[in-house]
Amino acid sequence: MGQTLAEKIISAHTDGPVKAGDLCIAKVDVTAVQDGTGPLTISEFRKLGIAKPANPERMILFIDHATPSPRKELSNSHMVMRQFAKETGAVLSEGGTGVCHQRLVEQYVNPGEILCGADSHTCTSGALGAFATGMGSTDVAVASALGKTWLKVPQSYKIVVDGALRHGVYAKDLMLYLIGLIGADGATYKALEFTGSTIDNMSMSERFTLANMAVEAGAKCGLFATDEKTFAFLQSRHREYAFKKIQFDEDAEYERVINIDASLVVPMVSCPHTVDNVKPAKDLSDVKINQVFIGSCTNGRIEDLRIAAKILKKQKVHPDVRLIVAPASRDVMMQALREGIIEILTYVGASVIPPGCGPCVGVHAGILGDGEVCLSTQNRNFKGRMGNPEGKIYLSSPAVAAYSAVCGYIADPSEIL
Amino acid sequence: MLKGKAWKFPDNISTDHIAPGRLFHLRSNLPEFAKHVLEDADPEFASKVQKGDFVVAGSNFGLGSSREHAPQIIKLSGVSAVIAKSFARIFYRNAINIGLLLLECDTDGIDAQDELEVDVREGVIKNLTKNTEIKFKPLPEVMIKLQQDGGLIEHIKKYGDFQLT
Repeated sequence: MGQTLAEKIISAHTDGPVKAGDLCIAKVDVTAVQDGTGPLTISEFRKLGIAKPANPERMILFIDHATPSPRKELSNSHMVMRQFAKETGAVLSEGGTGVCHQRLVEQYVNPGEILCGADSHTCTSGALGAFATGMGSTDVAVASALGKTWLKVPQSYKIVVDGALRHGVYAKDLMLYLIGLIGADGATYKALEFTGSTIDNMSMSERFTLANMAVEAGAKCGLFATDEKTFAFLQSRHREYAFKKIQFDEDAEYERVINIDASLVVPMVSCPHTVDNVKPAKDLSDVKINQVFIGSCTNGRIEDLRIAAKILKKQKVHPDVRLIVAPASRDVMMQALREGIIEILTYVGASVIPPGCGPCVGVHAGILGDGEVCLSTQNRNFKGRMGNPEGKIYLSSPAVAAYSAVCGYIADPSEIL
Repeated sequence: MLKGKAWKFPDNISTDHIAPGRLFHLRSNLPEFAKHVLEDADPEFASKVQKGDFVVAGSNFGLGSSREHAPQIIKLSGVSAVIAKSFARIFYRNAINIGLLLLECDTDGIDAQDELEVDVREGVIKNLTKNTEIKFKPLPEVMIKLQQDGGLIEHIKKYGDFQLT
């Protein structure tokens, strides 16, 4: 019997081949924490009485959720992380370098590896053909200390997407469509494995968007086979040596196969307060918006900023709308500077803020007022997510977000693209 | 035997309901954070919950972020178990790791303020107010093992490694 991507990658990290449903102890290649989960990981790590991580150079501590720090308590948490990195040789990704998931794919995770991260969107790295899954601080503390973790090998859903996406429709729309189809717990404990001609033709940036939101359907990870696009991405990061061919077997057993005709997907929006509450953008033109956020680990890459700049160029942000843009990493910001994108966005009225998670996670730099409405390119719209339970959050692609920022209400950009 | 009152919540209670992001700075002060537990789902819960009470919810409890502070502050608030139709994956693993009891069963027959008695060994929840009994799904073996050892850290300290397979 052939193997799914999940079975294949996990089998390469255990004593013998495993199949879905097996409980195993798997070697962990990379661990990651951020400033919301890192301090607790460190205190749990210290309880173990183990001096250093199993592979200090592959335990990465990211300062991204609250940077530059808005409060002394958070500044103190950052100090705990810096100190731990100094003492143990673990790697510190300092504030300003970027959102952990973007930094992980840029620099730290390789195809075929296992990554355990204390952040639910760790699944983003699945687009590189890595088994990447979110866990809590204690699990990541143990995985860092021992270089292994326990896993139940997940059943996999094969998501087969064929056909051409319409003009103005992106991976984000496809993912919101899928989550609307199967529900916010439609894939709990499962691995989503994406394949089909649409996926083959997608950029790595779009694949990261899909993998990133696997957890929004409850999944343990979102996986992709590796191909020439994976190789080209690694090459662009000067890491082509890390490339490895990862492919599922044709006779692998999938618990469920979901076929999607890409040509039927339209620009989609998640409405408050759950990600699976999706509607076509064109049906929401009565929703007036106060704030637009373009950024996050879901849609803060250079490709996303290019789309936003293309739509916003020669237009002005609506006077009733505040537009906030956060590039997902320093490298993305540098590229956007070189391409003149930051200038365009700033000129039309955006507040471009340093790379980080702040607005999405409700810590700082974009907290909503009572009753205010935000349209965001992030991955989650739970009540209170952007720092105020009285706020309302809608989710969309960068194209819908940028065009809506001009219109002042939720608008479908297909007509102008 | 556990005994307490039921606090009822709907489906899809997220970690943002339980441990809101706006209180991010309280993650380093869990006793203070616990005073706000579940605040965005029920603003009265944190001040009125009694030691031993139960959080009772619908499906997909704990969806969202990996923040372990969510089960931590539920535990700190004195809640003896969370009873739900289903749990989100990361929350489930976190709760067992830190020693918060989770019970999975149909919760439609439990209303707010019902008096419950839970027999963990027998796998039965007695609704004393309604005089009914609900069987809950037994925990997976690996979770029972971790729980018996007092959570993941204690498990590793005891054996120096995983002893689960």
